[in-house]
Amino acid sequence: MERTVRTDLPGLTRRRRRPGDALAPYLMILPGWLWLAAFFVTPVIVMVSLSLQTGNFIDGFRQTFHFGTYADVVRTYHVQLVRSLVYGAAATVACAVVGYPVAYWIAFRAGRHKSVFLFLLLLPFFVSFVIRTQSWNVVLADNGVLLGPLKDIGVLPADFHLLATPYAVIGGLTYNFLPFMVLPVYVALERVDPKVIEASTDLYASRTQTFLRVVLPLSLPGVFAGVLLTFVPACADYVNAGILGGPSTTMIGNIIQTEYFTNLDYPGASALSFVLMGALLLAVFTYARTLGTDEVLEAAAR
Amino acid sequence: MTTTTTAAAAADSPAAPRPRRAGSGRRRPTLTMYTVLVLAWLLLPIAVMILFGFNDTGSKVNFTWQGFTVNWYRHLFAIPNLTSALVNSLTIALVVAVVATLLGTPIGLALGRHRFRGRGSVDLLMFAAIAAPEIALGAALLSLFIVMGVPRGYWTIVIAHVAFCIPYVAITVRARMAGHDPTLEEAARDLGAGPWAAFRLVTLPLLLPGVASGALLCFALSVDDYVITSFNAGRTVTFPLWVYSASRTGVPPQVNVMGTLIFTGGLIIAGANVLFSRRRVA
Repeated sequence: MERTVRTDLPGLTRRRRRPGDALAPYLMILPGWLWLAAFFVTPVIVMVSLSLQTGNFIDGFRQTFHFGTYADVVRTYHVQLVRSLVYGAAATVACAVVGYPVAYWIAFRAGRHKSVFLFLLLLPFFVSFVIRTQSWNVVLADNGVLLGPLKDIGVLPADFHLLATPYAVIGGLTYNFLPFMVLPVYVALERVDPKVIEASTDLYASRTQTFLRVVLPLSLPGVFAGVLLTFVPACADYVNAGILGGPSTTMIGNIIQTEYFTNLDYPGASALSFVLMGALLLAVFTYARTLGTDEVLEAAAR
Repeated sequence: MTTTTTAAAAADSPAAPRPRRAGSGRRRPTLTMYTVLVLAWLLLPIAVMILFGFNDTGSKVNFTWQGFTVNWYRHLFAIPNLTSALVNSLTIALVVAVVATLLGTPIGLALGRHRFRGRGSVDLLMFAAIAAPEIALGAALLSLFIVMGVPRGYWTIVIAHVAFCIPYVAITVRARMAGHDPTLEEAARDLGAGPWAAFRLVTLPLLLPGVASGALLCFALSVDDYVITSFNAGRTVTFPLWVYSASRTGVPPQVNVMGTLIFTGGLIIAGANVLFSRRRVA
């Protein structure tokens, strides 16, 4: 390597700027940025363009700026669109309700074993997402580990099933995204200053009052981040619906896949993907606005 | 960081209940029980996966317990296309981890160290790439490949995986940078080291743990990915794709065994990481 020529003398200039210092960050960012520009930004633009084309798989597609496709796909698939948002919201609420106490317990009660419990929480990530979902298929199977014995002793009717019901799909979503809720809530609870809790108890607040008026408000940014981390992937997920669901629980992700690969309707599929992105963004922003932007910045800053 | 409260704090008001921090008494067992239950629920499918890898099932259908066997560990590679799917997944993950780490690390460095024009937009790009639903990424890339007439296969999977891994590496490395002193490199430069030597001898050793965990994260994300892969795989089959397509008819026990082995491997690496990491978890 060439030795850089020192044009500045230390001590004479207050800020020591070497030649190339200003350019360095750009050179560092360039390769990765090019990759993302080519394979993340460009594809999104291409997808929008494709959604405004008309034609078919045999004769090819032409850019016609036909916005009608959007109306068509929303009209055709509004049931699945709404269902995806509802399932996603249900799973998110379930994650918050199930996960908050767990985060609370790990933050305040786990004592020395805190890291052990956090590790247990992360353990599912060491197993393939698809296999974990498939395992529920085994557990919930119509004559499987759980339902089989119950049917044998006559607690449940023989035709009772959990698979292919909304419960199975929402349960699967909740299961898969629970850690994404617990971790940010845990981090937020960790950051609550113990002195504040102390002050609250010193001022004769009951346990419940301390929780509701001190701890809970302080942990809301964590809940907010958890909701974002859970809601978006849960709405867009179709692995749970595909493995645990049935024809009546189809989500928008399944439809997009079918549109691309079975119907070969590329404009329709692109339009649907874009509608899904738009709907999620809209939902997230509405939620952010109602909650106030401070939490958004808090969540984004992390 | 938990600070244990001093007894003096409660001394002036004897009636006030002691603040409840870790280690101060009066635990209510319900919440503890509840947490254990939820964790059990989280870990149940893992237990099922491991258990059914030892299931003595005669057929491919692996839904009911038939008895214990280690047969499937012996015949792990008895299903050729499952084996090739696993090999695909592992080799793709290896390539992705290397490429994404090479591309993502400098971004993390730049974001963590330098103030420059356009920093915010790079930050936003990273955030957008992570926050966007996977299916949108997968579908957008597929649209690009369709329009460009690129046939989907092994290398389109690699391209897609590298794209979604770069931001994760960048963020992991940037988080590492936050805890290290920029004047160290400054000192090296003052002592006559060129920019490359200063980087190689000072910055890189400090960064290596962050880079290593970024690369591991990439590997794990890549091996596990179903959604983006399914859109850009063409005829190439990866491990999650194979398992998904088999899930309707019944997953053969070899899948459970492979899952168990990957799980064990991940645990060993994570354990090693904890042992060798210089930063103790508080």
